[in-house]
Amino acid sequence: MTRTMKGIAFAIAEAIDQEMAERSDIVVLGEDVTYWGAVFGFTMGLHQKYGRDRVIDTPITEQTFFGMACGAASVGMHPVVSLMFVDFLGAGFDQMYNHIAKNHYMSGGQFAMPVTILTAIGGGYGDAAQHSQVLYGLFAHVPGFKVVVPATAYDAKGLTISALRDPNPVVIFGHKLLTGLPFLPFEGQEEEVPEERYTVEFGKAAIRREGSDLTMIAAGLMVHRCLRAADELARDGISAEVIDLRTLVPLDTETLVASARKTGRVLIVDEDYRSYGMTGEVSFHVQAGALDALKTPIRRLAVPDVPIPFSEPLERTVIPSVEQIVAEAKALLAAGARA
Amino acid sequence: MWKPEPSLADLRYTVEKAGLTPETLLTAYRQMCLIRSFEETIADRYYIGKTPQFNMAAGPIRGEMHLAVGQEAVAVGVGMHLRDADAVVSTHRPHHHALAKGVPADKLAAEIFGKVTGLCRGKGGHMHLFDAEHRFSCSGIVGASFPQAAGAAFAFRHRGEPYVAVAFAGEGAANHGTLAETLNAAVLWNLPLVIVIEDNMYADSTPKWQALAQPHQFQRALGFNVPAYLVDGMDLIDVWRAAKEAIERARAGYGPSFIEAVCYRYRGHFEGDAEEYRTREEVERWRQLDPIPRLGERLKRLGWADDATLERLRREAEEEVARAIAFAEQSPLPDPQEALVGVFR
Ligand SMILES: Cc1ncc(C[n+]2csc(CCOP(=O)(O)OP(=O)(O)O)c2C)c(N)n1
Ligand SMILES: [Mg+2]
Repeated sequence: MTRTMKGIAFAIAEAIDQEMAERSDIVVLGEDVTYWGAVFGFTMGLHQKYGRDRVIDTPITEQTFFGMACGAASVGMHPVVSLMFVDFLGAGFDQMYNHIAKNHYMSGGQFAMPVTILTAIGGGYGDAAQHSQVLYGLFAHVPGFKVVVPATAYDAKGLTISALRDPNPVVIFGHKLLTGLPFLPFEGQEEEVPEERYTVEFGKAAIRREGSDLTMIAAGLMVHRCLRAADELARDGISAEVIDLRTLVPLDTETLVASARKTGRVLIVDEDYRSYGMTGEVSFHVQAGALDALKTPIRRLAVPDVPIPFSEPLERTVIPSVEQIVAEAKALLAAGARA
Repeated sequence: MWKPEPSLADLRYTVEKAGLTPETLLTAYRQMCLIRSFEETIADRYYIGKTPQFNMAAGPIRGEMHLAVGQEAVAVGVGMHLRDADAVVSTHRPHHHALAKGVPADKLAAEIFGKVTGLCRGKGGHMHLFDAEHRFSCSGIVGASFPQAAGAAFAFRHRGEPYVAVAFAGEGAANHGTLAETLNAAVLWNLPLVIVIEDNMYADSTPKWQALAQPHQFQRALGFNVPAYLVDGMDLIDVWRAAKEAIERARAGYGPSFIEAVCYRYRGHFEGDAEEYRTREEVERWRQLDPIPRLGERLKRLGWADDATLERLRREAEEEVARAIAFAEQSPLPDPQEALVGVFR
C-alpha cells in the first residue's frame, strides 16, 4: 500500500516510528523533539505514541546529549539524536567526531556505535549565516560517519530505516526546503511512499533523469534544482542527465563514472561551501575513472566560500539557483564545443 | 506577581535608597516604550506576505524572528548603567538589548530588513547584529554569549580600562556548558563581567521545569562564589537596582556578578509559533505584570508623572520607531555582488 506524501519530514518520522514500534533499543534525544518534532518535523508524532521516556527533550547541551548518545550506544542502545540545525554542530562536535565516529575503530572493533543523527540543513529562506549551512562535507571528511542526504520522501523513509538498522554512526541531512512543512517553501515533489517498512541501500546513487549531453551530480535540494534546470536545458535541445548521490559516504563512484563516460561532460552542483568539499571529492573520483572520456574539464557550482548572507539579493547570489545551474551547464557545453 | 507591590511609603524609600530620580525613571519608561513599539512594529511588517499561509521565506523580512515583548525591563534596567565603551553580547533575541545599549533604531531596523543601510549592510540579519561603535554584538548560537563577554571583560581588565562587559542569555542557554566554564574563568581572573539571565520560563517549546535541575540558574553562580541576584524581571526598578550594584562592582575591579531576571515573553518563541506548549491563560496572567504599565503606575503613585506625561513619552517613542522603520523601508537593498566580499579584511 502506498499513499501520497509531501516532503521528507513525515517520511523520516514514520521510519523512526515503525522501527521504534518493533524495537526497544531506540530512544530519541534532542532539543524540542516532542511538541515541535525537532522543529523540522523529523520526530513529529513520536512522543504522543512513545511518551517522554523514549522521546526526550534535552536541555540545550549538545556536547552532553551527544556524549550521552555515545555512552548509551556503547552499552547497546540505538540513540536517535537531533542536531536541530546542522549549524549548531560546533556546540557538540567533539563528542561526534572524536568519539561517536572513532570509538569503533579505536577500540579495535569492541564498541559498535549505532547512533543515528538527524539534522536540518540549507538556506534560501532568509535565516542567514548561522542557520542556513549544509556542512555535510565536514562530517564526510571525518572517517566514521555515514552521510545520508535524502532528496525524496521515498528515499527519506528507506534511508532512515537503513540508518536505524546500521551498527554505525549515520547522519541524516534533511533539507529544510524539502521537509514539506507549511511554514517553509517546498521545492520537492509529492510522491507515492509505501506504508510498510522498506530500506534504501547506502552507496547507491539514483539517476533521476537520463540524458546524453552532460551529467549533473547533486544531493538534497540541489537535485531538484538540477532537475528544473534540466527541463529548461531540454527546451534548448540540451539533454542533461541528473544524478542524486543519496549518500556521500559511502559514495557510489561506479554510477558517477559510468554517467561521465556516457556524456563526457560533468557539472557538480552543491549547496555546501565550494572548497575542500563534496564537489572536489566527486570530481576527483570522476576524473580518476573517466578522464579519457571527458570532453572538457569538470565544472562545479557551489557556495563561493562565503558565509550565507542574510539579505535576499545577497543570499540569492551565493546559493546555486536554477538559473545559475542552467548558465553553468551551458558554459560547460560551450567549453566542450571549443575543445 | 511574585514580589509584592510595595506600599507608597516603601516605594518612596526604595527609589530614594537606590538613588532613582524622576528623570531616570521617565527615561526608563520611554526606553521600554521604544522597545515595545519597535518589536510590535517589526512584528507587523514581518507578517506582510506571510498571511494567510505563514511562509518564513516571504515578505519584506525573511527568516526567523524572535521578539522580546514583555522583557523590556531587563534590557533597560541593565542598559541604563552602561556606557558606549562597555560591551554587550546578546543572543538570538537581541533587539531589546541592542536598543537598550544605544544601538540606533534606524540602522537596527534597516539590518532587520536586509538593507544596505543596516548595521551590517544586510549581511547579518536579525540574529547577527553588530555595532562596533556601541560595542554590541550577538549570536544565533545558544550559549555563545558568555565566553565572548568574558573575553571583552578580560581585555578591559588587561588594559586597565574602566569598562564592563555584559552577557545576556536565556535560562535555556544557561544550561549550556559555556556558562559554567565562563563563571569559573571570570572568578579566576576577576573579570569585570555581568551575566544577565532572562528567565522567561521557556527555551523554544521546552518549559524550564523540564530542563533545569534546580529551580533557578542563579544557584549555579553561587557555586562559583559569584555574587548572584534573583530579580523580578517584570519590574524595572528591581532590575535597575541589582544591575547598578553588579555593574558598579565590576567597574570598581571587584569581579563578576550574576543576575537572573524572572520574566516572560508575551509572543511565541519566534513568530509563527503555535505555542502548543503553554496556555492562553498563562500568558494572560503574566500580562497583569506588564513592566510598562507597572512602571507607569508607580510613576503616578510617586507623583513623578501623570497620564499626559506617560502618553507623551509613549508617543515620542512611537514616533522614533516610525522614523526608524520608514528609514529601513525606504533604504535600498545591497548590491548582490557584495555577497562575495568581506570574508577577510
Ligand atoms: C547551540 C544551539 N543549540 C540550539 C539552538 C536552537 N535554539 C535557538 S533559541 C533556543 C532556545 C533558547 O532558549 P533561552 O536561552 O531560554 O532563550 P529565549 O529564547 O527564551 O530568549 C534554541 C534551543 C541554537 N540556536 N544554538
Ligand atoms: Mg528562555
